[in-house]
Amino acid sequence: MSAIKAAETVLSVRDLKVQVATPAGARAVVEGLSFDLHAGETICIAGESGSGKSMTALSVMRLLPEPMARIGGGEILFGERDLASLTEGEMRRLRGNDIAMIFQEPMTSLNPVLTIGRQLGEALQAHRTLTGSALKKAVVAALEQVRISEPERRLKQYPHELSGGMRQRVMIAMALALNPRVLIADEPTTALDVTVQAQILELIRDLQRERGTAVILITHDMGVVAEMADRVIVMNHGKVVEQGPVGQIFTAPKQPYTRELLAAVPKLGALKGSEGPMRASAAPAPVADIKPTPVPVRPVVEVNNLTVRFDIHGGLLQRVVRRVHAVEKISFSLKPGETLALVGESGCGKSTTGRALMGLLPFTGDVLVAGTPLGGLSRAQLRPVRRDIQMIFQDPYASLDPRMTVGDLVGEPLTIHGLASGSELEDRVAWLFSRVGLDRDHMHRHPHEFSGGQRQRICIARALSLSPRVIVADESVSALDVSVQARVLDLLQELQDEMGLSYLFISHDMAVVEQISHRVAVMYLGQIVETGTRAQVFDDPRHSYTRRLIEAVPIADPARKRESFVRMEGEIPSPVHGLDYQPVYAELEDIGARHLVAREAA
Amino acid sequence: MTLAAAPESGAAPVAAAPRAGRVLRELMRRKLAMFGFAIIVLVVLAAIFAPFIVPHEPTEQLFDGLTLEGAPLPPNAQFWFGTDLLGRDLFSRLVYGARTSLIIGVVANGIAVVIGALVGITAGFFQGIVGSVLMRFTDLMMAFPALLLAIVLAALFHPSLWIVALVIAMVNWVQVARVIYTETRSLAEREFVEAEWALGAGKARILFRHVLPHLVSTIVVWATLGIATTVLLEATLSFLGIGVQPPTPSWGNIIYENQTYFTSAPWLVFIPGVAIILLALAFNLVGDALRDILDPTQKGRH
Repeated sequence: MSAIKAAETVLSVRDLKVQVATPAGARAVVEGLSFDLHAGETICIAGESGSGKSMTALSVMRLLPEPMARIGGGEILFGERDLASLTEGEMRRLRGNDIAMIFQEPMTSLNPVLTIGRQLGEALQAHRTLTGSALKKAVVAALEQVRISEPERRLKQYPHELSGGMRQRVMIAMALALNPRVLIADEPTTALDVTVQAQILELIRDLQRERGTAVILITHDMGVVAEMADRVIVMNHGKVVEQGPVGQIFTAPKQPYTRELLAAVPKLGALKGSEGPMRASAAPAPVADIKPTPVPVRPVVEVNNLTVRFDIHGGLLQRVVRRVHAVEKISFSLKPGETLALVGESGCGKSTTGRALMGLLPFTGDVLVAGTPLGGLSRAQLRPVRRDIQMIFQDPYASLDPRMTVGDLVGEPLTIHGLASGSELEDRVAWLFSRVGLDRDHMHRHPHEFSGGQRQRICIARALSLSPRVIVADESVSALDVSVQARVLDLLQELQDEMGLSYLFISHDMAVVEQISHRVAVMYLGQIVETGTRAQVFDDPRHSYTRRLIEAVPIADPARKRESFVRMEGEIPSPVHGLDYQPVYAELEDIGARHLVAREAA
Repeated sequence: MTLAAAPESGAAPVAAAPRAGRVLRELMRRKLAMFGFAIIVLVVLAAIFAPFIVPHEPTEQLFDGLTLEGAPLPPNAQFWFGTDLLGRDLFSRLVYGARTSLIIGVVANGIAVVIGALVGITAGFFQGIVGSVLMRFTDLMMAFPALLLAIVLAALFHPSLWIVALVIAMVNWVQVARVIYTETRSLAEREFVEAEWALGAGKARILFRHVLPHLVSTIVVWATLGIATTVLLEATLSFLGIGVQPPTPSWGNIIYENQTYFTSAPWLVFIPGVAIILLALAFNLVGDALRDILDPTQKGRH
């Protein structure tokens, strides 16, 4: 910290104002933002959607989508020069060379039809005159710096051949190849799995340490902030709420908004030692009687040896050439009033499991919902089962028909199942609206007129309308801001207490899972590798993959900042195999009190 | 990350207006759409009341319709749009021709769009064997030279206006089917459709309440774009002698009859050409406006 004070200021933003054009005239999305960025320092700009944090990054790069958005005032001093008044040509010489940027989506920020080598080469050639073998050497060196395995081979590969984490490494290589003095990273790890996120954050930190690059990190994740930042700027609705050194922001936040934001962040390890899930803020004491009771209760969902495989067709005759082994022989059960969390990283088969339970996919094995086996049922035969099991999808906007009014959407399940019509239907919908905390006067609006959290409430109301016994929640809060996420989680738990709902909660977010679940099943490559009560899995993780997952989660507490991350190199293997592939089944061993752990090759 | 998201408690603007009458009122508010709408109304009225409007019979070869040398007359006070090679009043022929062109443009194109949409939706939504057969058949029809097919069909039946309309419909539905097929397929994979399956919705409900409404804009665009092409295709058929039979006028055959005299009597090609363009433009303007008005997601968006 003391070294930073002495370091020179590389970027100085003074009273920055950014405006966007709306039919009602110019509206300020960033106002009165000032900060100094010193060499080797990391400033995190934290805030929720619409806080103006991305707009700030884009204005420093002068990449605002003009003329819809423009810098309305203030200065962005880079050395002696004011970036806000440079011409486009001068700015272009600066971009990449002196100030570089990494974007959120590594999938979309690389050009899919150019090889990695070509794209990196072009980034270098934009500012340096390099050709032939010298260029190639520079490109390989850049890839080596971001610790990509086999850099020579990557040159010839296309973006789709690389995993998300590798693509983000390539983006970083591209950004840092010219040794810029400032790196702006806009949500660089949001689209990545936790273990990959940890690797990328570590990489950024190491490179920064080596080169003294100043970093502006934009994120909504307070865990990442605590892990990375030297100083923090908290923004809300375009205004700076608070700024200061990271320790001060986390331990002694001055503004109520900062305190709320921090309180809303689910903290991994917050429930250490307690048995049940965390209850809604009003009633913090875990509800004891939901604990697995000795009296055998018939589970509402029983899954035995569930297997889902997808065929990949290829060749001239479109024959099956390979198979995706999405889910391999998993078994679990869900009791009334219980929340079982399925956790794992992308591609582990957790969402596939949820969709198989909804009868949306062909599967083999036994699935019983409220005592009815789902195997081999036609769509019409499945209909009565659906009154017992409903689903809430990840993206509330994509899962609501944009052309229907929300009132119709919420009432639709009742119409489909012939449960209500006319004024009865209207009353029921109005009741559902008030139950999930929505204004019933908004029933005639369309989904796009609502915010993310409200849309997810609409989806919850829809799922609830049939009074199901089980709800499959597939990453249902992942797309929401933390404060909204906390409120939606509270609502889900309230509903559980009230109606005795069971949830199959599918998520990649360990902290959220810890907060909400009674039991946890960790999935890896289509199989369950560890399962038990929340306390068993989180307080005493036995499988190496579970440990990796828990360790990788950034913790929103700068005091617990990891000096160096546990090195987790390597990628998760692909679940795609040839036709003659025989899956190796992990054997689950009971290590006591129904805490099952897959036996690992020592 | 977007600026669009409002805070959760904040109310979104603009409440839904009642549906009835809204479409017309919205249409009135758009100047361009009103312009297009006015042209369409004008042409329709002209077609219906043609006998009361025209100063001369469309097929009457007027004695004073030609110069002493036998050349057609350019537009003047007596013949507003001039006369053609046989001394017939061009204005009268255009007004009567509107009947033919409207029938071809609206009816033939309408049938084509309906067939194309049906085939496309069925193939795209049900896929499987039904879908494959339908789409391979569509591909086959695409590969077939449209004009040749039209000639064969027209030669088999006695050429008349309605047969021509039918022939054009038979040829034109394929493109629509292709486009609608692709769009239906992508719609069928959208998450909200999956959410409907998860609720237990039946095929009919998903198809008619959740897929079809999203196709309206595409269908409207194709329906309006197709009008100009069908009017021209009719002209081609007329020119080849298998379309609307002379002396019955249609905008297309007026152009084809006179195209060789373009240099000496340009109005004979120019005026019906402008008529076709104006009608097509009018339908496009109205179509565009309808597409926006019928899309509730455009409402209250800034």
